[in-house]
Amino acid sequence: MPKGEVPERQFVRFSRLQRILHICMIVSFMCLALTGLTLKFSYTKWAAVLSHLLGGFENAGYIHRSAAVVMFGVFIAHLVDLYELKKREHSSWLSLILGPGSMMPNRRDLTELVGTLKWFVGLGERPAYGRWTYWEKFDYFAVFWGIAVIGSTGLTLWFPVFFTRFIPGSFLNVATIVHSDEALLATGFIFTVHFFNTHLRPEKFPMDITVFTGRMPLEELERDKPREYEALVASGQLEENMEEAYQPIVTRTIRAFAWAALSVGFFIVLWIIYAMLFAYR
Amino acid sequence: MAETKIARRKWRACLGVTVATLVATALSLVFSERPARAADQPGAECLACHGDKSMSTTRAGKTVSLYVDGKKFAASVHGSFGCTGCHADLEGKELPHETPAPVKCGTCHTTEQEQHARSLHGKAIARGDVLAPHCVNCHGNHDIVAVKDPRSAVAPMRVPFVCGQCHREGTTVSRNRPIPQDNILENYSESIHGEALLKKGLSVAPTCATCHTPHLILPHTDPASSINRRNIAATCTKCHSQIEVVHRKTIRGELWEKQANVLPACPDCHQPHKIRNVFYEQGMANADCMRCHADEKLRRARDGQSMYVSVGEVSHSRHNKIACSQCHSEVNASRVRSCETITHAVDCTACHDEIGKMYVASIHGQLHGKNDPNAPTCKECHGTHAILGKQDPQSSTFATNVPGLCARCHREGQKAAVRYTGLQHEIIGNYTESIHGTLLKNGLTVTATCTSCHTAHQILPRSDPASSVNANNVPDTCGRCHHGIEEQFENSIHAKRVSGFSKPLPVCNDCHTAHAIHRTDQDSFRLNVMTTCGRCHEQIAQTYFDTYHGKVSKLGYTKAAKCYDCHGAHDVLAVTDPRSHLSRANVAATCEKCHAGATRRFAGYLTHATHHDPKKYPFLFYTFWGMTALLLVTFVVGGAHTLLWLPRAFQMRRELRAAEAELAAKPETRAGKERPHA
Repeated sequence: MPKGEVPERQFVRFSRLQRILHICMIVSFMCLALTGLTLKFSYTKWAAVLSHLLGGFENAGYIHRSAAVVMFGVFIAHLVDLYELKKREHSSWLSLILGPGSMMPNRRDLTELVGTLKWFVGLGERPAYGRWTYWEKFDYFAVFWGIAVIGSTGLTLWFPVFFTRFIPGSFLNVATIVHSDEALLATGFIFTVHFFNTHLRPEKFPMDITVFTGRMPLEELERDKPREYEALVASGQLEENMEEAYQPIVTRTIRAFAWAALSVGFFIVLWIIYAMLFAYR
Repeated sequence: MAETKIARRKWRACLGVTVATLVATALSLVFSERPARAADQPGAECLACHGDKSMSTTRAGKTVSLYVDGKKFAASVHGSFGCTGCHADLEGKELPHETPAPVKCGTCHTTEQEQHARSLHGKAIARGDVLAPHCVNCHGNHDIVAVKDPRSAVAPMRVPFVCGQCHREGTTVSRNRPIPQDNILENYSESIHGEALLKKGLSVAPTCATCHTPHLILPHTDPASSINRRNIAATCTKCHSQIEVVHRKTIRGELWEKQANVLPACPDCHQPHKIRNVFYEQGMANADCMRCHADEKLRRARDGQSMYVSVGEVSHSRHNKIACSQCHSEVNASRVRSCETITHAVDCTACHDEIGKMYVASIHGQLHGKNDPNAPTCKECHGTHAILGKQDPQSSTFATNVPGLCARCHREGQKAAVRYTGLQHEIIGNYTESIHGTLLKNGLTVTATCTSCHTAHQILPRSDPASSVNANNVPDTCGRCHHGIEEQFENSIHAKRVSGFSKPLPVCNDCHTAHAIHRTDQDSFRLNVMTTCGRCHEQIAQTYFDTYHGKVSKLGYTKAAKCYDCHGAHDVLAVTDPRSHLSRANVAATCEKCHAGATRRFAGYLTHATHHDPKKYPFLFYTFWGMTALLLVTFVVGGAHTLLWLPRAFQMRRELRAAEAELAAKPETRAGKERPHA
């Protein structure tokens, strides 16, 4: 966020629960990634050092499973939140899914994707994005997919004796590959593409803390999501979605946390690259 | 009553007749023979004069009886020869005859005469020694009877007294002639031999002549003497023929006779003339040595080495019952410095013969044989006068002291370590840190020390097939203590007998190391065992690290299953063997050791799977490549999207900065905006 420009009132983009869930998810994801990758790249020196730092492999295992529980909690809390939202604002699930604020990709996202690619290559203007851009929707569903794939395989590996009552033992080997490669995909994607799209984009560099504060300056909303801004202005609902910005101490704390998360993410990316290039087998 | 009287009378009559008959017979015998014998008895003529008890002559101022007891002479072994049988020079002489020439017994007794001439008695006669004994001095003259006759002067029972005439304390001979032994007769009579002969009347007990021979009496320094060091064993074994059996620990019979110079001779322990069936106090001989060697300043002239011997050290040593001369053999008691005849160094194998043979074959002994100055001999390890048994905690060979003892040469940088070219380094340090060394440090004396594996005296390099640490012998060596494990091992696939492999198979030290042996429940062992097994099982160890157990082990997690947790440690068998821990019947139980409730299906987990082998694990291979493809596609699309975005993002940033700069150029606006937050 640009320095010095702290508007009096800001647009509220995320609810308190959403912000808490995102923080929980970051913490849980970082823990899962760090502990999981030590196992995946156990053949690198780094992994042994990190495992030692985390209190040994056994400890790392506890951290991993605890974080997984948190992740499941986040997932369930979000589903409950969606249910509440449906009860509050929508008549049916269909209305929720197909409504204007929905995360569900639709035809307009496709046009926006084409428009964006055109804009990238200088063949058009920047599309007037709405509340959720297509890449934000992709990130959102990537988590759904990830939780399903990594979560299910993870549970299988957590309780192998129980699951081998239904599946052959060698499926555990398959589950291991799926779990770890999907995790690699998730980590790799989040710490590169998601980081860039959200934080490292030169105009937002070094980070966008909207997801932590829940608030964004009105100018930014106007610039980033012009279609939503115009819709809000037109419907006269803008003012009821405005709240006072946080005190600098709060934003500073948030930044510190965000910096930490970013740094861990970068560290992990560097480690993955190192392991892939020099030690992979 | 009447009948009794008649019976008595009859008995008396019978007795009277019998006595009368006997007397008549005896008289008839006496009177019928006597005239006949007197008539052709040889020397009857001589006895006419010499039969007179008062007949005497004077020689060198002494009155000498010339009486000959005709009866005794007639009963003697020479009685039938007559006087001239010996006094041949008097044959046909006019009576009274001149003083006859000395009788030459050697005329008939040639062998005895010849032996006597060679003996010290004979030589003394030749020298003209008036004290030297002639035949007559021992055997007597006219009354000589067979040696077997108890009346003989040289009958066994009388020999000690015959010899004792001269060899007794206080005689002219004992006072005037250099005889090294003293109190000979007295000592003999108190010895087991003398007691048997003189007190118990055992006529086969040895007399003087049994050891010294009757006629060929020679000083013990003469090589031909029956009591020379070289011959004494043969002399004693004439009676004590099986004595080497009871002396087996001390003396091997063969050596005793062939190499008597390196061995203690009988009299070294059983002193001559004092022989008892128990050891005599050795004080006398040792005291002789200590006359000089008790002096702390005593030095050897040759090289200045101290020759001081501490009595205290010896008296507390294992050899405190052994006399100096039993080890320092070849001493000669007849010399003033009895040690001056010593030519050989102390040879421990004189008694410790078996050990000596082992040593000679060992690497230490081989080097010693080549005169290698670094080669340790007995004393380097066992010490000299202060030597103690290995059971004594003060001994250098006591279990807890053994590593320190070997370390003197085998510690890094010491003389044995510098010439060693093998693979073992820091031997002493590693041993000290090892489980054996730790236990020893804690005082467990039955734990393995150097000698437990390498043996004490048969030490050989590992390459020698006879070595206790040769690969073929290692299981046996370790199995001496770890017997149960050896039994398991001998039935495992690693035993040649089971696998029939010609390739070298691992033995104990290939997995446990030779000196740095750690407890197998220690992290270091558990975490290194895969590398250890992987030295041979390269492929399978590699794939182990591709699955969960291997990965977490790599991270230092000791509880995850290691090779031997599944395959067994010493009882490892091919998985196809029904007795294997991983056979169809046993595998679930093996998994269950860690995974409670594990089933056969659970055991279907591939613990050595790799996703790089499409033939063996196709579904793993394709899962992996499927996932990899998904990753690649996602990253390529995401990456491309990002890269394409970059120029526009920078453009936006520039525009944003420009707008900000414009805003900053209007300070009042900015100040107004900032105030509420101030």
